[in-house]
Amino acid sequence: MTKSELILRLAEQNPHLYQRDVERIVSTIFEEITAALARGDRVELRGFGAFSVKRRGPRVGRNPRTGEAVHVGEKYIPFFKTGKVLRGRLNGER
Amino acid sequence: MAGKTVTRADLSEAVYQEVGLSRNESADLVESILKEISDALIRGEGVKVSSFGSFSVRQKGRRIGRNPKTGEEVPILPRRVLVFRASHVLKNRINDTLTDTAGAAS
Repeated sequence: MTKSELILRLAEQNPHLYQRDVERIVSTIFEEITAALARGDRVELRGFGAFSVKRRGPRVGRNPRTGEAVHVGEKYIPFFKTGKVLRGRLNGER
Repeated sequence: MAGKTVTRADLSEAVYQEVGLSRNESADLVESILKEISDALIRGEGVKVSSFGSFSVRQKGRRIGRNPKTGEEVPILPRRVLVFRASHVLKNRINDTLTDTAGAAS
């Protein structure tokens, strides 16, 4: 399922909304999650999962081809942990 | 790091502010979106959200684990796990604001 298929499904379920409103709703939600992570906040959606940001400290990496040492600066990576309910449902629990 | 936690309530408030639906309907839509994504994943279907990331379901085989406290061996049964891969757009947004040396290394 892609974002546009998600929008179509929601538009079908909500015939009283314009499709462009559904588009704005979906975009708003992903934008809010993105903005929260960019502030370093966590996003916790009980039953679904939680998004957080993890810091990776600076390190000395190596160019695998030349073996040359290169400095890799600190970076932050987004992380998702599946919620208990969804994890159970993926494995056949109700 | 800030350490605030954003929840469903914040997402529906954002929808309410942005689109002007009632608060109740905004909350219902947030719920519908999470439900549609979950249902697709449970069907074994991946979910791709452009400029955000993709969720996919991976099948894991049986393996022997160990209780870290007692050292006892326990079988870990085959199961399905959810994997999230963040898009470059999302990674860049996060690093642009959180790193001091943003842009210095690729």
